[in-house]
Amino acid sequence: MSDATAAAGRRVGRASSRTRSERRLGWMLCAPAVIAMLLVTAYPIGYAIALSVQDLDLRFPEEGGFVGLDNYGTVLTSSLWWTDLFNTLFITVIAVSIELVLGMAIALVMYRAIFGRGAIRASVLIPYGIVTVVAAFSWQFAFDPATGFVNNLPLIADDKAWFGDRFSAFAVIILAEVWKTVPFMALLLLAGLTTIDDGLYEAAKVDGANAVQRFVRITLPLMKPAILVALLFRTLDSFRVFDTIFIMTRGAQDTESVSILGYNQLISRLNLGLGSAVSVLIFLSVLIIAFLFIRGLGARTREGRVG
Amino acid sequence: MKRGSREYALWAIGELLIIAFALIPVLWILSLSLKTPETVADQSFIPQDWSLDSYETLFEGGIDDSPFIKPLINSLGIALITTVISITLAAFAAYAIARLDFPGKSLILAGALAIAIFPQISTVGPLFDMWRALGLYDTWPGLIIPYLTFSLPLAIYVLVAFFREIPWDLDQAAQVDGATPFQAFRKVIVPLAAPGVFTAAILVFIFAWNDFLFAISLTSSDASRTVPAALAFFTGESQFTEPTGNIAAAAVIVTVPIIVFVLLFQRRIVSGLTSGAVKG
Repeated sequence: MSDATAAAGRRVGRASSRTRSERRLGWMLCAPAVIAMLLVTAYPIGYAIALSVQDLDLRFPEEGGFVGLDNYGTVLTSSLWWTDLFNTLFITVIAVSIELVLGMAIALVMYRAIFGRGAIRASVLIPYGIVTVVAAFSWQFAFDPATGFVNNLPLIADDKAWFGDRFSAFAVIILAEVWKTVPFMALLLLAGLTTIDDGLYEAAKVDGANAVQRFVRITLPLMKPAILVALLFRTLDSFRVFDTIFIMTRGAQDTESVSILGYNQLISRLNLGLGSAVSVLIFLSVLIIAFLFIRGLGARTREGRVG
Repeated sequence: MKRGSREYALWAIGELLIIAFALIPVLWILSLSLKTPETVADQSFIPQDWSLDSYETLFEGGIDDSPFIKPLINSLGIALITTVISITLAAFAAYAIARLDFPGKSLILAGALAIAIFPQISTVGPLFDMWRALGLYDTWPGLIIPYLTFSLPLAIYVLVAFFREIPWDLDQAAQVDGATPFQAFRKVIVPLAAPGVFTAAILVFIFAWNDFLFAISLTSSDASRTVPAALAFFTGESQFTEPTGNIAAAAVIVTVPIIVFVLLFQRRIVSGLTSGAVKG
């Protein structure tokens, strides 16, 4: 064996042992985080599935045992589940749509900000940082017929009981949700906006495109990926809506969301079997929504590549 | 020129509207907290009579009888401990993902993303049952553990994005110049990584500070109940008084630190929030 090949062999040997130790180090560094993440997600969801096939009511601990899919049957045939699912989807669709339009407007204003870029960024971040429960209380007090300033405003009836009616309660809940989460949407869209080359707008201007045409033909298509990612995050986040409704109505006037239903079954009624069936169904709903979005996202990118 | 100045005015009005929209609920809750108990229900946006009564009653009775002091301590302690542990674990993982080559990297990032959109209510039932069996129900660790899980994805994404931008070779350059490996790490790498770590820490702190679902499901007393949960169970001084003023005062107190963070570190928070999400 010549010296040259021996040296090459040593180099390969060293490289692969280095790769191996790099792998080992990578896994070791990631292991604690991965374990911590799985500990409270993968294991509990398995545990929830196990609970959901049992008749487990902590108020009647002597009863119980395996009941198969009975709990799912009970949930899926109750009108409460379907009402709550409708409420959750209703709030999600309306809130996220408003957020998309409003978030886009805010992003455009922030992008073009003339004065006080810092002031506007800071004020947009305040809703993001505020505790959701605090924001919910503030809006609830604002719309309270006895204490709130809203009913003092012109054009609004002095005695309007916002939380006494299902859809006016939804309006306040959606307003609070939009206020709290539109900054996140706006910042994501702003990040997408800044990736667009200004030259494109200049070129379009030269070709005689007006502001609306420039927005529809340049901004929107180029921002499609950013918009879809923002929509995915916000839709799945909004589907979990809990804090605002709990503070404002606790689900009264048929404003309950699926998360409130799960909480009521699990923690208020201590019915772990039925509550876990609700939990698993919520988990499946989120999977379905995520799947639909990711399929849409994939289709859009492929379409984009062809075009 | 005329068109330019009109456009200028429109953008400026847009900016003012956004700032007003963002601030109205904050100013309103501040106004409520400063009203006297007699005028708290006067429906006016600006207090007619000012007083600090609502704040004083929050702290009345000292640590044992105040409905607010213990939850405030719990909130601070739990959020700080969560932040320290979460950032430490996330920094290890993010360093490995940003710098090392090993199989399973993209799986970890995908898993973190999945957890970021995981419905938390689905884990409440099992955790409630497990924590009662393990003695973790109504304790600090009982909340810190789920907060860790759900804050790690955010922390990992933010830190990976920051760590990818760091010119790591600089520490070798410093060692060539005669620095020991530890000096190179402390004087070169730590200052470069600090802004990212700090940003991630703020975002994790805000997450833990904000949580309500776990806080009302896994606690039952002042031993571990945090402020958001305590607020939901506030009662008036007698059954005839509404706790509006006290809730407002407590709300203002827990909002102040967040507003300070936001004002001081706005640029970093924005880059942290978007770096994680856009690249993910």
